[in-house]
Amino acid sequence: MPIKARKMRSSRYIVIVGCGRLGSLLATELSRKGHSVVVIDRDDSAFDGLSQEFSGFKVEGDATQITVLKEAKVDKADAFIATTHEDNVNLMVAQVARRVFNVPHVLARVFDPRREGAYAQLGIETVCPTSVAGEMFLEAVGRSTAAGEGTES
Amino acid sequence: MKVLMVGGGKTLYFLCRNFTAKGYDVVIINRDKDECVHLVRQLPATVVCGDGSDLIILQEAGVMDADVVLAITPNDQDNLVICQLAGLQFGVPRSLALANDPDNAEVFEKLGVAAFSTTRIVSSLIEQRASLEQITNLLPVGEGRVNLTEIVLDNASPVIGKLLRDVDLPENSLIAVVIRNGEPIIPRGFSQLLAGDRVLLVTLPENHGPVLRALTGERT
Repeated sequence: MPIKARKMRSSRYIVIVGCGRLGSLLATELSRKGHSVVVIDRDDSAFDGLSQEFSGFKVEGDATQITVLKEAKVDKADAFIATTHEDNVNLMVAQVARRVFNVPHVLARVFDPRREGAYAQLGIETVCPTSVAGEMFLEAVGRSTAAGEGTES
Repeated sequence: MKVLMVGGGKTLYFLCRNFTAKGYDVVIINRDKDECVHLVRQLPATVVCGDGSDLIILQEAGVMDADVVLAITPNDQDNLVICQLAGLQFGVPRSLALANDPDNAEVFEKLGVAAFSTTRIVSSLIEQRASLEQITNLLPVGEGRVNLTEIVLDNASPVIGKLLRDVDLPENSLIAVVIRNGEPIIPRGFSQLLAGDRVLLVTLPENHGPVLRALTGERT
């Protein structure tokens, strides 16, 4: 997923919802690269997953409440990434970021490939780990069987 | 009419009981197995156990034939996605989402989903009840066949500034006395009603509510 550099500013304001394995990884990496990052999670202890290198802000709260998104200043964000483990939370907050706060670049993680398809038509950019992993596995299996056939013949 | 309801709890149960009593065809989607069993036993409705935002479960529940989808789970994100999927994927003509967080009612509308907030509805009911304290039921007369009621007209009243003859009151009712700044006035057709007026009404039990509504606005 290439992140288009809309404005060639070195530092962007990025809001990340969900501070699980993926959220904390993204937050740490982006913060290390000099972006100003805000992470939202409804569980305070989730922030323990952030590394020492994270120098951004943490907001404790439920991102499906618009007051929490306002507190995180989503209206100022250049990019918004929804990474919670709940597809519906990600789909909802991504739409709110895009349509209510007009964030130019919005990404949502959606595990269910069927649901991902439905949201393609709503203009929400989604990443489906299930499909991505599935393709990689299929490709790997395809390669190994092809290689196997090759040695047999 | 076929109604697809997603959610649980007492609200869903009683809504469903209401709808089936009216002869509507109701299908319920609920995540909880035990609650599903209970619902099936109690209600003449079809119950599908599963996640209402899963396309397969929606299909299983026959969403494509539904006239309306009602999403009333305790999670706003689920209610939004259920209604969007019903509309986008299955062409359901109407859907309605519960906004547990009242702020989400506007958010959902912006995202193209009709929404309502129980919190808002209940709080406005309570406020109405409080504001109706301006009404004092003075006395029933004629063996309870006639009510004398005193109300204070506030700024929200639709009759403020109107002449009495232009006020559309139900039949068999009368604005008998207007007390303005402590002075009683027996009003005529050309008398004007002002905010702060204390109005003495003569009504019948049958038209009491409509008369109050006409004078206080659609708040009762």
